[in-house]
Amino acid sequence: MRKKFVGFLLCAAMTAVLLAGCGGGSDTKKETDAPAAATEGTKADEGTKAADGETQAAAPAASGEMIKIGIINNDTSESGYRVANDRDLREHFTEENGYEATFAYGKTNDEQVAAANKMIQDGVDYLAIAAANTSGWDSVLQDAKDAGIRVILYDRVIDADESFYAASIVSDMAKEGETAANWLKDQKLDAYNIIHLQGQMGSAAQVGRSEALINMADAEGWNIVTQQCADWNAETAQQIVQSVIDSGKDFNVIYAENDNMADGAVKALDKAGIKHGVGEKVVIMGFDCNTFALENVMNGTWNYDGQCNPYQAEMIDEVIKTLESGSEPAEKTIIMEEAGFDQSNVTQEVIDKFGI
Amino acid sequence: MGTNTVKKSNEGSLLMRITRNQLFIPLAALVLLLLFNLILDPSSFRITMDHNSAGNPVLSGFLINILDNGSELAILAIGMTLVTAASGGQDISVGAAIAISGSVLLRVLCGSNTRPDTLQAPIIVAFLVACVVAMLFGAFNGVLVAVFKIQPMVATLILYTAGRSIASWVNNNELPIIGEPSFGYFGNFIPGIPIPTPVFIAIACMILIWLVLKFTNLRLYTQSVGINENSSRLNGLNPTFIKILAFVILGLCVGVTGLIKVSRLSTINYGVIAKDIEMDAILAVALGGNALSGGKFNMAASVVGAYVIQCLTTTLYKFNVRSDALPAYKAVVVILLVVLSAPIVREKLSALTSKAGRKEAA
Repeated sequence: MRKKFVGFLLCAAMTAVLLAGCGGGSDTKKETDAPAAATEGTKADEGTKAADGETQAAAPAASGEMIKIGIINNDTSESGYRVANDRDLREHFTEENGYEATFAYGKTNDEQVAAANKMIQDGVDYLAIAAANTSGWDSVLQDAKDAGIRVILYDRVIDADESFYAASIVSDMAKEGETAANWLKDQKLDAYNIIHLQGQMGSAAQVGRSEALINMADAEGWNIVTQQCADWNAETAQQIVQSVIDSGKDFNVIYAENDNMADGAVKALDKAGIKHGVGEKVVIMGFDCNTFALENVMNGTWNYDGQCNPYQAEMIDEVIKTLESGSEPAEKTIIMEEAGFDQSNVTQEVIDKFGI
Repeated sequence: MGTNTVKKSNEGSLLMRITRNQLFIPLAALVLLLLFNLILDPSSFRITMDHNSAGNPVLSGFLINILDNGSELAILAIGMTLVTAASGGQDISVGAAIAISGSVLLRVLCGSNTRPDTLQAPIIVAFLVACVVAMLFGAFNGVLVAVFKIQPMVATLILYTAGRSIASWVNNNELPIIGEPSFGYFGNFIPGIPIPTPVFIAIACMILIWLVLKFTNLRLYTQSVGINENSSRLNGLNPTFIKILAFVILGLCVGVTGLIKVSRLSTINYGVIAKDIEMDAILAVALGGNALSGGKFNMAASVVGAYVIQCLTTTLYKFNVRSDALPAYKAVVVILLVVLSAPIVREKLSALTSKAGRKEAA
């Protein structure tokens, strides 16, 4: 028995070493790879960027040094939203723009907190955090404050006193939901029988988008046929919708809390030969403004797509400029501007600009 | 009087033989679940012929849904059974490996353009490349387990953690979407054939593994390595090779599953594709009454176990169980089934029935 236990400990130790080695390896791979992609991007629209670069290069040149910023984000394998978010940050916080940026990614708070501690030790000037989880940041925030590092929260909020951070740049998920629910109300359908596909339970996006629909359904007397959690997953969404079709229940709206789930739902409808889209039986609603989703809205196979704006880099930059000039941002909480798109306001320009 | 007793004891032994068969519990569970569906909703078993939006005839209904969506799990259960039997542990990196093989598949098909108008390579080439990659990752796991003697669950934890990141890295974090309709055939329907393609793929895999087990020594070797590694080495087998082989075969199953998964949606989402499928695959093996500590195995029981799990999932969706309570329901049913089909409980049960049989005979 003891032998076994020792053996297990050994195994665990070996794996820990392996994991550490492996984790480091994949990180560096990503680090080297992503900047390459980013520079390609910058080269592509050199014209506009160069102009930007000139004006902004003046500021750091005056102070004579780069602004050091540590950016902590979620893992890009999470979703297309995160990929766009990361690309935006990488394209913005470049040396031409006067920044020396370090990036770190984590799927969990533990990984993110470890990265944050390292950045604080490295003596960054600013720390930008998109927390995987709202709690567990107290020590990091305190350490940053003690070291005189200003913290900017973006994309996700943290449970902490306002005095610990300079600004929080977030999406208002509840408002996104309300915009969508109001749009649905304005469609004035004869009956509302809704399939509601929820994202990962408890996430800010799920709570905000679900609440808006549920409140509106209560107020307007809409019938929610099925309300299921599909965990942002297209396959699960497909199976759920397939089950509803098989059970013979009638429905005419699919309210999916992200584009992937809406896509899965549409695949199930296509399989069963049920018509959907503008002027057809089933109304399809999604969120996040993926490029494919906006294209579907434009060609009429989907009806609505709500925006969740991943382009926070510019706002972060503005906040830093304000702080550098010695003043505080006017608002602690800055809410991203977000729109809802249907066939009436989607154009190729919109897709190029907002598609992620 | 005499003849009567003989008859009775015969009946007892027949009953015993049936309940003792490893297929009994998963099959009984499947029948119970289907009965439950039938009683609560008599229209459950209706299969209708519809036309999909492309205008092709397709079969639809509850049963077809289970068969269709259970295909991936059934294929994975085949590989997982072999890994379990040979190494006495489980591979928990299956979901992440599916993400990688799916990503590789799309990368080969798309090239550097994420929204290609035409495919950059034939689907078969992409599929083979994806399979080779999946088998390489399987071999990687296998080497860790067989050569470095790391516990399988811990060894595969490495790929479990890193896999999805590797998958997104393969495609430079882009999300390719394939517009070519023929790519969707593997996960949906081939025009003119009303049965979902994944069902055919699953059946092909089952026949293949049946032939392999029948005409090669794979079953014997795997079982003997699983039962006693040292004595099988003394008998001239190479346990290291057999274990790695098991992981490579699982890798092949992962490659096939990756094709189906990616084809279903013609795109991929690295974070959630085939999420938690490894747990379901391990459950399928356990439900089949196979000892998770390795050794003897029953392939058919594992495959039936996979369909039991899919049947349970589909049933829960169908009755619209509240989404946050769904895993709890699933857990209760699964615990019951796994406990019932655990080898130790089955031995106790069969001892009980045989005792009862003897008493009756006396």
